[in-house]
Amino acid sequence: MTTLANNVDRGSPTYRENAAAMERMLGEVDSQLALARAGGGDKYVERHRSRGKLLPRERIELLLDRDSPFLELCPLAAWGTEFTIGASLVIGLGVIEGTVCVVSANDPTVKGGASNPYTMKKAHRAADIARENRLPLVNLVESGGADLPNQAEIFIPGGRMFRDLTQLSAEGIPTVALVFGNSTAGGAYIPGMSDYIVMVKERAKVFLGGPPLVKMATGEESNDEELGGAEMHARVSGLADFMAEDEIDALRIGRRIVARLNWNRPAGWRRLPDIAARGFGAPPATGAGFAAPPAASEPLYDPAELLGIPSADAKVPYDPRDVLARVVDGSEFDEFKPLYGTSLATGWASIHGYPVGILANHRGVLFSEEAEKAAQFIQLANQIDTPLLFLQNTTGYMVGREYEQKGIIKDGAKMINAVSNSGVPHLTLNIGASYGAGNYGMCGRAYNPRFLFAWPNARSSVMGAQQLAGVLSIVGRQAAEAAGRPFDEEADAMIRQAVENQIEAESLALFITGRVYDDGIIDPRDSRTVLGMCLSVVYAGGIAGRRGYGVYRM
Amino acid sequence: MRKLLVANRGEIARRVIAGARSRGIATVAVFSDADAGLPFVREADESVRLPGNAPADTYLRIDLLLDAARRTGADALHPGYGFLSENPALATECAAAGICFVGPSPEAIASMGSKLAAKEMVRAAGVPTLESVAVPPGAESSLLSKMVAGIGLPVLVKASAGGGGRGMRVVEDVDSLAEVVASAQREAQSAFGDGTVFLERYLRRPRHVEIQVVGDSHGTVTHLFERECSIQRRHQKIVEESPSPVMTPELRQAMGEAAVAAARSVDYVGVGTVEFLVDQSGEYFFLEMNTRLQVEHPVTEAITGIDLVGLQLAVAGGEPLPPSALAPSVSGHAIEVRLYAEDPTDDWMPSTGTLHMFEIPGTGSFALDGGLRLDSGFETGSVVSPHYDPMLAKVIAWGETRQLAAARLAGCLARARIHGVGTNRDLLVGILRHPEFLGGGTDTAFLSRHDPSLLGASPVDEHAERLHAGAAAIAAQVRRRSQSVGFAGFPSGWRNNPSDPQSISYRGHQGDIEIAYRVTRDGVVFPDAAGVGVASATEDEVVMDVGGIHRPCRVHLVGDTAYVDSMFGASVLTEIPRFPEPMGHHHPGSLLSPIPGSVVRVEVSQGDHVDHGATLVVMEAMKMEHTLSAPFSGTVTEVRAQAGDQVDADVVLVVLKEDE
Repeated sequence: MTTLANNVDRGSPTYRENAAAMERMLGEVDSQLALARAGGGDKYVERHRSRGKLLPRERIELLLDRDSPFLELCPLAAWGTEFTIGASLVIGLGVIEGTVCVVSANDPTVKGGASNPYTMKKAHRAADIARENRLPLVNLVESGGADLPNQAEIFIPGGRMFRDLTQLSAEGIPTVALVFGNSTAGGAYIPGMSDYIVMVKERAKVFLGGPPLVKMATGEESNDEELGGAEMHARVSGLADFMAEDEIDALRIGRRIVARLNWNRPAGWRRLPDIAARGFGAPPATGAGFAAPPAASEPLYDPAELLGIPSADAKVPYDPRDVLARVVDGSEFDEFKPLYGTSLATGWASIHGYPVGILANHRGVLFSEEAEKAAQFIQLANQIDTPLLFLQNTTGYMVGREYEQKGIIKDGAKMINAVSNSGVPHLTLNIGASYGAGNYGMCGRAYNPRFLFAWPNARSSVMGAQQLAGVLSIVGRQAAEAAGRPFDEEADAMIRQAVENQIEAESLALFITGRVYDDGIIDPRDSRTVLGMCLSVVYAGGIAGRRGYGVYRM
Repeated sequence: MRKLLVANRGEIARRVIAGARSRGIATVAVFSDADAGLPFVREADESVRLPGNAPADTYLRIDLLLDAARRTGADALHPGYGFLSENPALATECAAAGICFVGPSPEAIASMGSKLAAKEMVRAAGVPTLESVAVPPGAESSLLSKMVAGIGLPVLVKASAGGGGRGMRVVEDVDSLAEVVASAQREAQSAFGDGTVFLERYLRRPRHVEIQVVGDSHGTVTHLFERECSIQRRHQKIVEESPSPVMTPELRQAMGEAAVAAARSVDYVGVGTVEFLVDQSGEYFFLEMNTRLQVEHPVTEAITGIDLVGLQLAVAGGEPLPPSALAPSVSGHAIEVRLYAEDPTDDWMPSTGTLHMFEIPGTGSFALDGGLRLDSGFETGSVVSPHYDPMLAKVIAWGETRQLAAARLAGCLARARIHGVGTNRDLLVGILRHPEFLGGGTDTAFLSRHDPSLLGASPVDEHAERLHAGAAAIAAQVRRRSQSVGFAGFPSGWRNNPSDPQSISYRGHQGDIEIAYRVTRDGVVFPDAAGVGVASATEDEVVMDVGGIHRPCRVHLVGDTAYVDSMFGASVLTEIPRFPEPMGHHHPGSLLSPIPGSVVRVEVSQGDHVDHGATLVVMEAMKMEHTLSAPFSGTVTEVRAQAGDQVDADVVLVVLKEDE
C-alpha cells in the first residue's frame, strides 16, 4: 500500500495562476450549462408551463429518488452548432426506486422536442450506455419527431433508435416509456418498442398519422383522441399499459414500474446459464445488481486543489499522481512498473470502494517503453476482471529517426491492440491533452470507453494547433520549393495564424463535447464522484476480462 | 410478608414493586392483554395474565386476583390506587383467604367509601364539612330543584363511589341539572359499578389541600403534612405540591389535627389522605378521605424523605410506625405534575398510540435524582391503549425553594421528548412558568381563568416550525442516503448540472411547509432561507446554523412523521406524500368518530331533522364521554353506528345533509 505524497503548494504563484485559469474556464462551462437548462428560452418555457406541463428536468427530478445523485450526460451537446445547446434532450444516470437507470427526456420547449442530428447522437448514446452497462432505460417522451428541415441528416440513421429499444429488450434490459405529449409518426415507435408504456390522460398523442395526414391518405375525418389519445390506447388499442391522471401520476407509475423490475438482485444471484444460452446475448459474467460498495476512505488531500494542479499553459506537463492523490480512496496508489516507461504511470487503486487499474500520462510523450508497459498492464487488468481508468494528458507517440527505427509503430500497435481488445470496462478522463494516436492508445472515443469525460482545460486533436499550423507551413514551403515558386512569407504567416486559431478552437473541450465526442465536461473537483458513479455502474453490469494467451511480458 | 401481589397496573404497580423490592419482598404482577408489554409486567418477579381489557374483566375481578395470589403463593396484596383500592370487598376477601391486604380494614374503607356517611362521621368527630345531599335513584327534576334550594347554587354533582374527580360536574343553573345528574349516574355506574351521586355546596375558587395521614395497628395515627392539589382540569388534579403556598403553622396544625381525628374515627391503619377544601378566608371543610396510597404521594416523599410504600408494607406487617414517621420534618419544596396523553387545546381529547419515544431527561426512576423524579408506567415503545387512564407519567421536582422546584420541573418537561401521542406537556410548562402560579396563586379555578387552549398551546411559532421542518428534511435526507442502494455512498443530491433543489413538504401545526434544499460542496443551502445553514447532520440530530447561532434540533423519524425537539419546543411534522395517490373522499357532511372508542348512544335516526349543535352520537373512550353534535342544521341521511359498536377514529358515524 502506497500513499501518495502531497506535492501541492496552494500558496505558490503557479498554483494560483492555474486555479484562476481553471475557474475562468469553469465559469464559461457553467454559463453554457445555464443555457442548456434554459431550453427553448423564456417564451417557450412559459408557454409549456401555461399548459400545466413540467419541464424535462422537473420531470426527471420527480422521477428520481429523493437526494439521489444524477449524472447528466452530454449536457452541452450541439454547443457551437446551429442547434440549441443540449440538443432538445436530457439524458443521464439516475436512481429510481433504488435502481440505477438511464433516463432520457425530450425537451419540448426546444422546437417541440424535435430531433436534430445531435439529439439523435445523444439518444443513441443513451441506448449504448443502457446496453453496455445493462441499465434499464426510461424515456420521458414528448417530441414532435424529426426536425423536418434537417431530416436528411437524421431520417435514415435515426431508425436505430427503435432498433436499439427492442434489442435492449431482447437482451433482457427493461425499457420504459412515459408519454407526456406528442409521440407521433416514427416517434410512435419509441413507446411502441418499449416494454412498459404509460400515457398521460388527455396529453399523450401517439399515432402514425394525425388527422390531416389521415384525411389526405384515406379521406377519413378523425381527431387526435381517436387516433392516439391515452384513453384510447389504454382501453382500445392496448398500446398503453397504464393511463396516468396527470404528469405527476405518470411519474409515480413509472417509479412503481421500475420498483418491480426486480433489477437489484440479492448478492450471489445468478441467472441459470442454460436459459441464458438460449437467449440473446450473455448474462452478466459476474454478479448483478448494486451491492453497496465496500467502505471507502476519502482522499487524504483536498479535492478542491484539483483546480490549481492542471497547468494553465497546456504545454507544461504535470504529475497525474497529484490528481490521483485527490481522487482515489485514501490517496493510495500501488504503482506497477514504477521505474520503467516513466512517462506513463500505471497502477492499482480504488474509487468509492471500487477497484480500478489506472493508466495516466505523465510527461506527455509515449515512447516504446510506455506503450509496452501499457499493453502489459491492460492484459493484467483483464486477467483479474478489473476496470481501467485512462487519465489522458498526452501529445502522442514519440516521433523521430531513432524511435521509428526502434519500432515505435510496432510498440504503439501493441498498446492500441490491447486497448481495443480489452474486455474490461474502460473509463477515460481527459485532464489536459489528447493528441494524435495518443488519443487512441489512451482509449479515446473511437475505442468505446464506457464513459469519457473531460476537464474544462482539455484539448483533443490530431496534434497541437501550433504544431499542425507549423506542419502545414513546412509542407507548403516544400511544395513551393519543389515547384520553384517563391514562398509568400506574409501569406504563410496569415494562413498559419488562421489555421492555428481554427485548430485551437476545434480542439477545445466545449467544441469536443458539443460534437458529443465525450459524455460531458466535468468540474475537476467532481472527478471522484463522477468516476465512482461510473465504476458503480460498470461493476453492477458485470465484468469479464479478455483471456486467451498468457500475459505477454514486454 | 414474603411475596406481594400488586393488584394494579402502570406506574403505581412499578412503584409498589420497587418499594417491595427494597424490603426484600418478592412481587407478582397481574396484567390485562393490552398491558402485556408494559414495564411493570417485566419488572415483577412473576406475572399473571388477566384475560381481556375492560377493567370489569380484569383489574376489577376480585376472584381472578385472589386466584392469581393463590397460584403464585403470594401472602400479601397491594391494591395501588383506583380500581379495587377502595373496595371493601377486596379487603374482606383477602382476609378470608388469609392474604394480608396492604391497606386499612374493610370497615374503615366502607365507612370512608360512602362520601355521605363519611361526612356524617367526621362531622361527629368535630371536623368541619360542606352541606351535601344524596340523590335518590330516579329523582325527578322537581325533586332535584328542591334539593338544590337547600344547598344553594352552584352545586357539585359527585359520584358517591368515585374518586380522582371522575363523574364530578358543576351545575350553575337548575335547568341543566337533570341532564348532568343522569350523565354522572351513568358514568359512575360504568366506572365504579355504583350509580349513586350526590349534590354538594360548591365553593368558588377554593384550594384543594389534603393531609397525608398514617396509622399503625398499635393505635398510633399521625400526619405527614399537607399537599396542595388545587390546579385541576375537569376536577382532576394535574399539579400537586407540598408545602401548600398558603399554609401557615397554625393552619397546618389545625388541619393536621382534624385529619388525624377523621382517621382515628375509623381506627385507620395504613396510609391515607384526608382531603379538604380551603376557601379564600382560610376556612377549611372536610371533603373526603381516600383510604389508599394517593397518586401524588411522591411530593410528600420528596419533602419528608419517607418511603410511603415502605411505610404501608411495614404497618401492614404489624410493625409500629418508625421514629421518622412520628417526628417528620419538611425539607424544601416539591411539585408533581401529571403528564397526560391528552390535548388541552382540544377539550382534553385523549390521545392513544405508540410512544415512539419517551424520554424525560435528568430524572431518577421512582426516586429523586438531581432533584427530579419520574414515576411512569410507560417507556419508549410502549403502547398507550384506550382502555385505561391516559396518565403517562408523574414528574416530580424538589428544590430548596418553591421557585427552584418549579423552574427545575418546567425545564425538565420542556426538554422531554415524547413522540407518538399528544400530551399536556406544554400546558404543564405554561402553568409552572406562569407568574400567578409562581406567586402562589393556585386555586381550583386556575384553569378557568387561564384558558388551557392558550396556556397549553405549543410554544413553537411559525418561524420555529419552519426551522424544525428544515431539520427534519435534512435528517430524512441523511437517512435516505444511508439506506440507498443505487449510487450508495455518493454525495447527497449531487448534480453536475444543477436544476431544481430537492424539495419536501410537511404538514405541521402551523400549516403546510415546503422545504427546498441543496447539498453542495460547501454544505447545505436553503434557497428560500438566506443565512440558514446546517452545521452538522445525522439522522437523529441536525444542528441548524441560523446566522452563526447553532440551534441543535433532535429529530426522530417514524414512518412519514418527523418529531423534532429543540429549545423552541416540539413539533410533529407529517410528510406530505410526494406522489398523492388518487384517494376516495368522504361525502360532505360525514361526521367521523373523533377517537377510537365505543358508541354509547345514537340519538338520531335516518330522516330526522336536527338543529345545529344537537347531539347525534355519544361515544365513550378512555373513561370519557364524547359527544358528536351537528355542525350545522340539517337532515340525517345515513346512520352507520349503533350503541355498543367499537369504532376506530375517523370512521363515518352519521351523514348529515345541510339545510338549503
